[in-house]
Amino acid sequence: MADVSNLDAFVEFERVQKSYDGENLVVKDLNLSMPKGEFLTMLGPSGSGKTTCLMMLAGFETATHGDIRLGGTSINNIPPHKRGIGMVFQNYALFPHMTIAENLSFPLEVRKMGKTDREVKVMRALDMVEMGAFGGRRPSQLSGGQQQRIALARALVFEPELVLMDEPLGALDKQLREKMQFEITHLAHRLGITVVYVTHDQTEALTMSDRVAVFEDGRIQQLDPPDKLYEEPQNSFVAQFIGENNTLEGVVKEIKGGTALVQLDNGDLIDAKPVNVSKAGERTRVSIRPERVEFNKDRMPEGAHTLKAEVMEFIYMGDIFRTRLRVAGKDDFFVKTRNAPDQERLVPGQEIEIGWLADDCRALDA
Amino acid sequence: MSDTTQSGPVLAADGTPLKRSLSRALRRQKIRALMLIAPLLLFVLVTFILPIGDMLFRSVENQIVSETLPRTVVALKSWDATSGETPDEAVYAALAIDLKMAAEAKLHTRVGSRLNYEKPGISSLFRKAGRQVKKWDVENDGPYKARFLDLHKGWGDPDVWSTIQTYSPKFTNGYFLNSADMKKGADGPEWRPEDEQIYWLLLKRTMFMSMAITLSCIALAYPVAWILANLPARTSNMLMILVLLPFWTSLLVRTSAWKVMLQQQGVINDTLVWLGLVGDDARLAMINNQFGTIVTMTHILLPFMILPMYSVMKTIQPTYLRAAKSLGATNWTAFWRVYFPQSVPGIGAGSILVFILSIGYYITPELVGGTKGVFISNRIAYHISTSLNWGLAAALGAILLALVLILYWAYDKIVGIDNVKLG
Ligand SMILES: Nc1ncnc2c1ncn2[C@@H]1O[C@H](COP(=O)(O)OP(=O)(O)O)[C@@H](O)[C@H]1O
Ligand SMILES: [Mg+2]
Repeated sequence: MADVSNLDAFVEFERVQKSYDGENLVVKDLNLSMPKGEFLTMLGPSGSGKTTCLMMLAGFETATHGDIRLGGTSINNIPPHKRGIGMVFQNYALFPHMTIAENLSFPLEVRKMGKTDREVKVMRALDMVEMGAFGGRRPSQLSGGQQQRIALARALVFEPELVLMDEPLGALDKQLREKMQFEITHLAHRLGITVVYVTHDQTEALTMSDRVAVFEDGRIQQLDPPDKLYEEPQNSFVAQFIGENNTLEGVVKEIKGGTALVQLDNGDLIDAKPVNVSKAGERTRVSIRPERVEFNKDRMPEGAHTLKAEVMEFIYMGDIFRTRLRVAGKDDFFVKTRNAPDQERLVPGQEIEIGWLADDCRALDA
Repeated sequence: MSDTTQSGPVLAADGTPLKRSLSRALRRQKIRALMLIAPLLLFVLVTFILPIGDMLFRSVENQIVSETLPRTVVALKSWDATSGETPDEAVYAALAIDLKMAAEAKLHTRVGSRLNYEKPGISSLFRKAGRQVKKWDVENDGPYKARFLDLHKGWGDPDVWSTIQTYSPKFTNGYFLNSADMKKGADGPEWRPEDEQIYWLLLKRTMFMSMAITLSCIALAYPVAWILANLPARTSNMLMILVLLPFWTSLLVRTSAWKVMLQQQGVINDTLVWLGLVGDDARLAMINNQFGTIVTMTHILLPFMILPMYSVMKTIQPTYLRAAKSLGATNWTAFWRVYFPQSVPGIGAGSILVFILSIGYYITPELVGGTKGVFISNRIAYHISTSLNWGLAAALGAILLALVLILYWAYDKIVGIDNVKLG
């Protein structure tokens, strides 16, 4: 191996910056290291620089500063067609003047592969996405989901070790999207390929990935496996962006024995787990997941901290109930409860006590 | 639901069959659509369809002989043109009556000119005879054969009579034969003598030069359209103004400017002489020939090639090229295998436009074409305004029209007309 320092890293971004106009940095100081076979998702709101990162990796944009390495060698000066990276585009970019089989055969032809080999590989790739019967059709004769499969097959047919996907499921309806999410992850794991996947859909990111990089403002805010990302957000952006979240604002009174005492803006005091607050007097935003909030006295966890709340609205959603509460002067506090036979259905106007474990309540940056 | 289970036609809510009420609703829509396009339809009918129809009619119409000389035409029917003898007295008598009436109505010179297209010299026969016959008493001034021969010995030439006979039917293919450098002989069509042949040459030249103009337009327009389509919108809009600039200056000015550029004492020759590339005594002839016509018309028609190409290329997303490269294609392969095929509809649309415009182009070849660079359209213009042989002009026009339609058909067969995109 060329790189002895980090045998594990297959894809590496080191201190990468990118500016299009020479004034604003679209990507600011990106550091990322992926082992072979990982499924990594870049998740972030629109305009946060995800596509730019992907394009730099694919070679269609050059990094303004920093180093991008693939398998230990810097690829900054290697043109896209020599990088051997498979790519699935958001609008699929299937060549409209070629049939499906010709589309798939294209990367093999430019690699000067013989005709019989090509046919075998094309057929195998088509079978892999269950589209064996469609080789003779044109892309325009396929549905969105079918085009998606072909785009995937085309990116895989020349057996790249790294595949990039830029919001590949963005144009599909919900059901199809869920089915394809499942298929893509299975295929990726079965073939053992490394995938960098871009999406702005957090559910997609959580369900598909080994690790998720949350992007905002040209930086990675947090890079963690889905469960850690959801349960232990490192800052309030991540907490807000991933899943549903209740926030309460206040000031840290004191930090003692791994708990922070926070005085909310209406004067109430609560315990919270200090995540990125370090001393008394700092403003903070505490975040609690709606499903970790309890209001049933019998089930209130041991040592839970309680606050008064007024029920504003009860929303029946089938599998769950969402209840909107007024807590600490704010009326956008939600509680999620499972639709179970013994579950209490709250009524608007009702006065209740809510509580949670201090560990579930994270004091983040303001 | 009950509607679908009962037998018989499906009924609408008011009990009428669904099909009928649907077609009634559609009919109202159709009438409204028709009314919206009615003004244009009328305009096109009056300014386009009718003139073309009239032109096609004129190219075969030949009623003037049978209408002006009705008796003569009937009397000539039994005459055998191959006998080499003049017709008998009855024909001359009929001619006397016809000519007298024609002369009184001042129509004799027109039939003379018409027949003159086919046999030069006839018009003066008719002009002179008409003047004299007016004074005759056609009832009892015979015998007319002798009197006509007295007027002009041309009336004793069997060729004159055979021309009248040949062109006496109401319709003729004579103009078309003429357009193809042929004429009606005693036994069917025959070629005109070599030195009278011109249209075939002109047609070939028109086709060849239009092709050359189209090809040079493609070569020049493709890179320009590509740049326009791939630049950021603001820059490309500004460059687009430069492309459209020629439309804002007079065609005559642009053509004359090329004269200044290309003539022997012109800018380009001066520069070449100054650079020592050509001698002062060997200045290049670049105007009043085919070269000048091709250069000038390429310049004038270039926007018609750029615009359709641009609008097609604008729709080709850059991700196609990126996809090709990510699949391992070099820049050239990506362009040639992925971009170029998708831009072909633009080339097709531009080529059809430029080719059709150039085979009918008139002003520019007239001004810079000299004798070697004129198109068939210049000949048509000549027949319309100078020789006044409208029938021949119409036949040439009809041939040009047929040619365009054939090319259009061929294009449809080879490339497919639904591949043509103008935007
Ligand atoms: N080719 C480009 N030229 C200039 N600015 C660009 C270009 N592509 C993207 N940007 C800008 O860079 C920022 C990040 O864009 P992008 O990477 O596409 O974000 P994302 O994919 O996360 O939505 C955006 O503000 C966008 O306007
Ligand atoms: Mg994007």
